[in-house]
Amino acid sequence: MSLVKKHPKEVKQILSKYPPEHKRSAVMPLLYLAQRGEGFVNKAAMQEIAQILEITETEVASIVGFYTLYHDEKAGKYRMQVCTDLPCALRGADEFLQNLCGNLGIKVGETTADGLVTLEAVTCLAGCDKAPVFQTQGPDGIKYHENMTVDKTLELIEALKEVKE
Amino acid sequence: MSHILLRHRDIPDLHKMAVYKKNGGFVAFKNAVTKMKPNEVTDVVKNSGLRGRGGAGFPTGMKWSFIDNKGWPHYVVANADESEPGTFKDREIMENNPLQFLEGLAISSYAVGAAVAYIYLRGESWQVAALLDEKIAEMEEAGYLGENLFGNDYSLKIHTHLGAGAYICGEETALLESLEGRRGQPRVRPPFPPSVGLYGKPTIINNVETFTNVPMIMANGADWYKRMGTADSTGVKIFSLSGRVRKPGNYELPFGTTFRQLIYEHGGGILDGRPVKAIMPAGASSSLIVVDDKVLDTPMDYASVRTLGSELGSASVIVIDDTVSVAWIINKTVHFFKHESCGKCTPCREGTYWMQNITKRIRSGEGTEDDVDLLLNVAKQMQGKCLCALGEFSTMAVVTGIERFPQDFKKAVKV
Repeated sequence: MSLVKKHPKEVKQILSKYPPEHKRSAVMPLLYLAQRGEGFVNKAAMQEIAQILEITETEVASIVGFYTLYHDEKAGKYRMQVCTDLPCALRGADEFLQNLCGNLGIKVGETTADGLVTLEAVTCLAGCDKAPVFQTQGPDGIKYHENMTVDKTLELIEALKEVKE
Repeated sequence: MSHILLRHRDIPDLHKMAVYKKNGGFVAFKNAVTKMKPNEVTDVVKNSGLRGRGGAGFPTGMKWSFIDNKGWPHYVVANADESEPGTFKDREIMENNPLQFLEGLAISSYAVGAAVAYIYLRGESWQVAALLDEKIAEMEEAGYLGENLFGNDYSLKIHTHLGAGAYICGEETALLESLEGRRGQPRVRPPFPPSVGLYGKPTIINNVETFTNVPMIMANGADWYKRMGTADSTGVKIFSLSGRVRKPGNYELPFGTTFRQLIYEHGGGILDGRPVKAIMPAGASSSLIVVDDKVLDTPMDYASVRTLGSELGSASVIVIDDTVSVAWIINKTVHFFKHESCGKCTPCREGTYWMQNITKRIRSGEGTEDDVDLLLNVAKQMQGKCLCALGEFSTMAVVTGIERFPQDFKKAVKV
């Protein structure tokens, strides 16, 4: 279903934030809206956003490609994005990620067999004092998980299994 | 001393409208709009000596006075794209003391004649944006945002805008490109945003922490603010302390506090009681400082940190102990900048790529002495040739790491 039909109120509200002659500014919030259901932006949504904003589909695709939080391919229901940048790494983030991989039986970039979690290593999440830290990007938006251990993470994954749409 | 920015640590529930108002909230904004001319507000901020807290330390009042009054409308943009490894202060402010930040943004908008302000947040701050949207709605309801504020002819709207995971959008012209719906790639400057900014109109961009200072300065006066800190760096700063310390976290302290006080008195000292080997005072963008007693007793202000061959930047102090190899550190920082390079200019796009390859080789024990020379050569060739500061920043830890910690590279390479 089209974005406008599915989320008429949100689309209108997003467009109202920017001057009408600069409605192109709405591309980023519209992409988040399009990504909400499936966890990635499909081609039809890119076409529709291009149409709404009167820009080309290529321009929309270039935004999707440039920013790391937009995805054009399906992954697990939740992307688990672990920060491994310097401040976190000084507090054991690399070892944490490695242990997590071992426990889940997947490598970084892979998805668990049940399709629930895709494990990713990402750059700084601004949680350097609470390492190890990761965010989950899923149907309920982006959430932070700080001062994590492997055990706490496995518990979280169990809880995510129970979440209904 | 009670906090000025992290006031929520002293006052419970400060994020609630009733509590914030009870503690003097929005008096400064009302006073400004009803009793002061916009340029009088700018003058108070100018006299306070407040400098931008995003990293560059540019005098805030002076920036506001550069707004071009020939072009209209004017815009104000809050840079809430906090993404520097080691920096996590703006998030604490917005999560816990959001109304003070928003009041500061409102006062600043009045001072430069902007009727619309945007808050550009990093995409990861999705929950923070939802909270700010709630607070903005509460302000509209209470009559602090909207048309004809306080019965005056001044009107103001504030909107949040989420980025989507790009460090470069903290660079103010890349931020504007992103806000305009394009890839976040920096513009050639000049012209600077106070003349040609958002949608080509005069625009003032400041960091979240900078705005959060403003209500307190307006309420208590420039002289009150100047009494804190040093002559060159007035007031207080939030120091984000991370790395190998016992108590990492945000510490709001006057400028001029020494590294020793921050690390040992506030941060509880080093893990396992090890000695400090190096400090990166401005996050991953820092030059590495070799630590000795003189360094530890250096006051943290813009001028003093410069005498150590580094910069205070956004005051994201990453502490490194003697268990850590500098060859490993620069591989970490270079990996970050390679990932975040926007690809617009060649020296940064290619330089960070090659630096990543070489630092990886050295870190994994496969590098040679020639690799270290080559790495230094690539880094130095990038310096002064990149379109924006990102490329320059990517070389700082590399060059100072190799030059100031040569023994770490001797150990790391094959002979």
